[in-house]
Amino acid sequence: MTPEAVTQLIVILLLILLLGTAITIVRIRDLWAAVMLTGIYSFLGASWMLLLDAPDVAFTEAAVGAGIATFLMLGTLALTSRRAKPPQGSSLVPLAVVIVTGAALVYGTFDMPHYGDPQAPAHQHVAPEYLSDGVPHVQGGPSKVSVPNVVTAVLASYRGYDTLGETVVIFTAGIGVLLLMRRPPDREVKQ
Amino acid sequence: MRKQTILRIVAKLLIPYILLFALYVQFHGDFGPGGGFQAGVIFAAAVILYGLVFGLKAARRVTPPLLMETLAALGVLIYAGTGVASMLHGGNFLDYNALGGPGQQHAGSAEPVAHLHEHSPEGTEEHHASHGFLPQGQHLGILVVELGVGLTVAAILITIFFAFAGRERAQ
Repeated sequence: MTPEAVTQLIVILLLILLLGTAITIVRIRDLWAAVMLTGIYSFLGASWMLLLDAPDVAFTEAAVGAGIATFLMLGTLALTSRRAKPPQGSSLVPLAVVIVTGAALVYGTFDMPHYGDPQAPAHQHVAPEYLSDGVPHVQGGPSKVSVPNVVTAVLASYRGYDTLGETVVIFTAGIGVLLLMRRPPDREVKQ
Repeated sequence: MRKQTILRIVAKLLIPYILLFALYVQFHGDFGPGGGFQAGVIFAAAVILYGLVFGLKAARRVTPPLLMETLAALGVLIYAGTGVASMLHGGNFLDYNALGGPGQQHAGSAEPVAHLHEHSPEGTEEHHASHGFLPQGQHLGILVVELGVGLTVAAILITIFFAFAGRERAQ
């Protein structure tokens, strides 16, 4: 088998595992197991992203999705009940809504360019400029940014305003959590 | 989890490497995959692992909550301050080319910093990025900004961890 075929095989295997994990999460009533399964789901997703040549996203998914989010959900679970209540009433209407939405989304993907297609609009607009700026030896042009990792260059330099905004959003989120959840100082002293 | 010997030993073995990897992702983000955000979450994950295995009190000793809150604000300040610094150097807000020193503003940084550091052996950009004392404006700006992002992300996630882990079941 060629390396590409092996990669394809691993991708298909990962996607099957993702699907199986997702269905199990939906069906299971033990919330502790469900939280653990979401961690596994994130980890499988991270592996898949790595195969799609997106290591940056895979890092984030593995650390946030599998690590920190799992912990936060476990922390929430410790404060509430461990078992989900069985669903009330018929689930036919929600099922129909989900099927219609999913079918619409799948239908939408038919118009999308194929994965890795160099003619895709995303690769025709500003990406060539970023690549020629950031990676001097690819197109021979003078390097404006001199940061070989184009993702970092785009995030921190070309999209510097956006990233500043995102950092402020994270900061604001942390402040919000502190304001809502921090215990009053007098109880902290007693601890 | 104080009695779990295996967990304690494995965590003790792993945490230094997780921290080291976070620093690698932070400061090598311009060459390899990753950057400030990824480094921040990996660093926070290491502290959370430490807190889970060795207890909240130990984690609070390593990363005092007050210090974390200060660092979170400092990260945003570093990022925005980089923008202000580039304005003070005559560029636009967050225009890192202005940070490259005199004569760099309009050259698009294609001109290496070799003029500033005569003893610099190579003239090519990549070597400058790693060997020069003062990286090119863009490079310097990206590194500093990513440091700000990493500080904020790590500090905020550790803060959220403390906020969640410090809760007890409501009666």
